[in-house]
Amino acid sequence: MAEDPLLSVKDIVVDFKTRYGNARVLDHVTLDVNSGEILGIVGESGCGKSMTALSIMGLVPNPPGKVTSGSIKIDGMELVGMDVDRLRQIRGKDIGMIFQEPMTSLNPVFTVGEQIAESVRLHENARPKAAMDRAVEMLAAVEIPEAETRAKAYPHQLSGGMRQRVMIAMALACRPKVLIADEPTTALDATVQAQIFDLLQDLQEETGTAIILITHDMGAIAELADTVAVMYAGRVVEKGTVDAVLSAPQHPYTKGLITCVPHLEPDPPVERHELMEIPGVVPALTELGKGCAFAPRCGEAIEKCSGEKPRLLATGDAHVTACWVAQQERAQ
Amino acid sequence: MNAAATKSQESGTLTVEDLKVYFGGAKRFFSKDAATVHAVDGVSFSVPAGQTFGVVGESGSGKTTTALAIMRLVPITAGKVILGGTAISDLKKEELRSARRRFQIIFQDPYSSLDPRKRAGDIVREPLDLMQIGKLAERDAMVAELFAQVGLRPEQRALFPHQFSGGQRQRIGLARALSTRPELIVCDEPVSALDVAIQAQILNLMAKLQRDLGLTYLFISHDLGVVQHICDQVAVMYLGQIVEQADRVSLFTNPRHPYTKSLLAAVPTVHGNKRDRRTRLRLKGDPPSPINLPPGCRFASRCPMAEARCRQASPPLEDRGDGHKVSCFLV
Repeated sequence: MAEDPLLSVKDIVVDFKTRYGNARVLDHVTLDVNSGEILGIVGESGCGKSMTALSIMGLVPNPPGKVTSGSIKIDGMELVGMDVDRLRQIRGKDIGMIFQEPMTSLNPVFTVGEQIAESVRLHENARPKAAMDRAVEMLAAVEIPEAETRAKAYPHQLSGGMRQRVMIAMALACRPKVLIADEPTTALDATVQAQIFDLLQDLQEETGTAIILITHDMGAIAELADTVAVMYAGRVVEKGTVDAVLSAPQHPYTKGLITCVPHLEPDPPVERHELMEIPGVVPALTELGKGCAFAPRCGEAIEKCSGEKPRLLATGDAHVTACWVAQQERAQ
Repeated sequence: MNAAATKSQESGTLTVEDLKVYFGGAKRFFSKDAATVHAVDGVSFSVPAGQTFGVVGESGSGKTTTALAIMRLVPITAGKVILGGTAISDLKKEELRSARRRFQIIFQDPYSSLDPRKRAGDIVREPLDLMQIGKLAERDAMVAELFAQVGLRPEQRALFPHQFSGGQRQRIGLARALSTRPELIVCDEPVSALDVAIQAQILNLMAKLQRDLGLTYLFISHDLGVVQHICDQVAVMYLGQIVEQADRVSLFTNPRHPYTKSLLAAVPTVHGNKRDRRTRLRLKGDPPSPINLPPGCRFASRCPMAEARCRQASPPLEDRGDGHKVSCFLV
């Protein structure tokens, strides 16, 4: 058996109290990330991918949200139930996070250098001068030209791509063990997105940081991640190595996610086909039945699907799927 | 009868000639050196009736401004826009208002482009009332039919926009655009704000409506996969100009302009993997500002192949055979 994973999320359950009743936004989510590995999490809006990130960071808004049960361990240290001050020391130090919109997550009234230096001062008790030196060093590491001058710039003076580089510099300034990137390139142009992905990959190869990449783009998963978890309505429905899941997806939802997107083909056929559709919409989390949440939209559903929730079971090497139909086929 | 002339007169045919849209500049009274933004700088193309013309490019490339200028929603600095034989760029006031029924637009964000205080049915009905389409008594039935056409139930006319999902709201936007029976629909990033599973539903619906009604689409998008799927002709824009234009198969199988090549190389696809992505062509930096444009080719500052002459003169957009047009000295 291999050594324990760096980050281990086990059976985490998060509930939100709403006017319409209890919404289980995360339902027994289990994920492992090893150091030096990139785990991709994919799914549509509302599937729980961002909530998974927030629960790891200890940032589930409470109330109305609550981590009901489960365990999150980083390097063997339990984060669930840890007191707030202790958690604050870990956040930013052991776990860094990059958000989707760099403009709204940077403070407009401080220079970017000051903002990066602040986290170094807080977490490493560095003197202001040393902290600022580290900030400049980090800006250079994320390939910002003229880092010393740019450290004195305010967020509005930088382009979107530059701001996202600043966010990455800030997240990595204290050399975290885990970096969570929540849709880090959604607001960026394609050529800039490619630069940011290259940068994340370079930095990861140098530092061995584990990365959780949250995205809705299967292409980004294919080209960046080592392992992938597909989420639907708060549950992980399929999980495995990227090669296994993308080359032989087992869950009908994963299959749908891959085939419903018009992928860029290097050699497009002259005749065009109609796109596959996943009919319907994501269900409300307050109205989930006792069966598989995907069953009402699933073309392959059998009777059992609406009666009982399938569990994640092996459907291949390093590949688990929560689907009765896929498990039945595997058994035969 | 002259076949070529009738073709451009045919309803639904869109022709854009040397379109220019500049912002700022001369009009500023107090400042001598006010900056001029060359948002669209000499764009020409034509779209046969019933076809889809895609415009791709990064933010600031002028693709949305081109769309808004064709819709007459921003002032046109120079150039012509001709729809089915009518020069819509020359129309004024009432003439323009009544011609608007022939060209409609759908927007990117289905959340902010619908009036939250109006019922869905009223939103779709409004153009019918404004344009005096159909008899008063018939309009209710027309709205019900439009709802059915875009895959909504007629009883949903009584609901407000917030009661619909994103995909359904985009369907309302489509129904509103269809209500005046237009020849041309300008689609500005119509599926970018939607979840991937919903994107496919809307793209299939748009393709079906085009087949049934013979619509011409001008399709603006930054998503190359979507453009490749839905468009017949594709133009790639960079800093206000078209750098490459070709039919869909030719452009994607044989991209020639270095910008097009690097744009295609930048898109991660499910066919790719971790090892191969490092070998791809990469652009450095961001596009320069459209205010102080350097002389010569606008892409020269980021181009991996640029030579001295690229910085001196602008390459013209030339046909390299089979209608595949490229503006580059080196390819």
